[in-house]
Amino acid sequence: MNKWGDNKAWFLVIPVLVFVAFSAIIPLMTVINYSLQDILAPGKALFVGTEWYKKVLHDYRLHDALWRQFLFSALVLLIEMPLGILIALAMPKKGWGISFSLVTLALPLLIPWNTIGTIWMIFVRPDIGLFGAAINNLGVAFDHTRRPLDAWVTVILMEVWHWTPLVALLAYAGLRAIPEVYYQAAKIDGASSWKTFYYIQLPKMRGVLTIALLLRFMDSFLIYAEPFVLTGGGPGNTTTFLSIYLVKIAVLQMDLGPGGAFSLIYFLIVLLLSFIFYQVLQRVGKGEKV
Amino acid sequence: MTLEWMYWTLPTAIFCIAIFLALTGMTIWQTVSPSVERRGFLPIPTTPGDRLFIGLVSALYIQLAWLGLTDLSLWIALLVGVGWIVAVMLWG
Repeated sequence: MNKWGDNKAWFLVIPVLVFVAFSAIIPLMTVINYSLQDILAPGKALFVGTEWYKKVLHDYRLHDALWRQFLFSALVLLIEMPLGILIALAMPKKGWGISFSLVTLALPLLIPWNTIGTIWMIFVRPDIGLFGAAINNLGVAFDHTRRPLDAWVTVILMEVWHWTPLVALLAYAGLRAIPEVYYQAAKIDGASSWKTFYYIQLPKMRGVLTIALLLRFMDSFLIYAEPFVLTGGGPGNTTTFLSIYLVKIAVLQMDLGPGGAFSLIYFLIVLLLSFIFYQVLQRVGKGEKV
Repeated sequence: MTLEWMYWTLPTAIFCIAIFLALTGMTIWQTVSPSVERRGFLPIPTTPGDRLFIGLVSALYIQLAWLGLTDLSLWIALLVGVGWIVAVMLWG
């Protein structure tokens, strides 16, 4: 066997490597350089070592944003996963209803993310918004621009509305893949709907639900556009998630050094999560226990 | 085209060149002698490339934790990190 000849295909990967170098590696190296210097003016920088990392790691607003981010992801998953499964279970199994429900469910997924924020910003406005004005007229004081709890409720509702369809579609695909004989066997054994769900449907959906869970965790952890448009991170900093706080530091305040250090720490968190994501997916693919 | 906009410094250049050389070295090693997955003290089966990645990234976490939680010299963290990478590469 010609070992070198077999590896010639690697040359075909070179265009991708060049593209990745320009789109990711060179910017990443620039961020590493920024994170160790105080950029005083264009072309003028002072080496400060790990000073920015120390500053960022001791920044209580970053800690708050990180915990907020985890809380947000946890809440979103706690709502979206069961709701998505319920929707999938309720979807029609045959007839024209299948296409209708699939198209209806897919609609929120097709809307650009910043447009979602704009839609919800208008929808929940306490003076003219369909939801905001209606709930205020019912006597419940609701204002997402002033009350932190209302802002959180709005951001979570928006996220659930936007992304539950993805969970539902994946769960539905998992359900449709279960052979009919399993249901027939359960029927012969006199299994209740709950037992059929618990012992047949849920185990058979394990693979797709793991993918849905991991995808939703990653997406919710990186969320930026929707809450930025909707609340701008407010009121105060109560909906300032990691990415919003990063943009505040690096773009609005033009603190390139701390921004670079923050970016790299954020990158390392995402890298760790992505690695776990990849490992779990590999195991699910091989049919191993997660 | 100059690279002034990237604000290179000697330490960052050494860091990036070291990572680049490690990755290139691993690629050449992988091409010359294709690796086999094995299981060590890490909970997953790994190739030498996986172990280098895990070692490098976890060494960075060690540095960050050191920086955030202690006031001790970072040189100690560097030694711990290098020791950890060697341990992962040999027995991971």
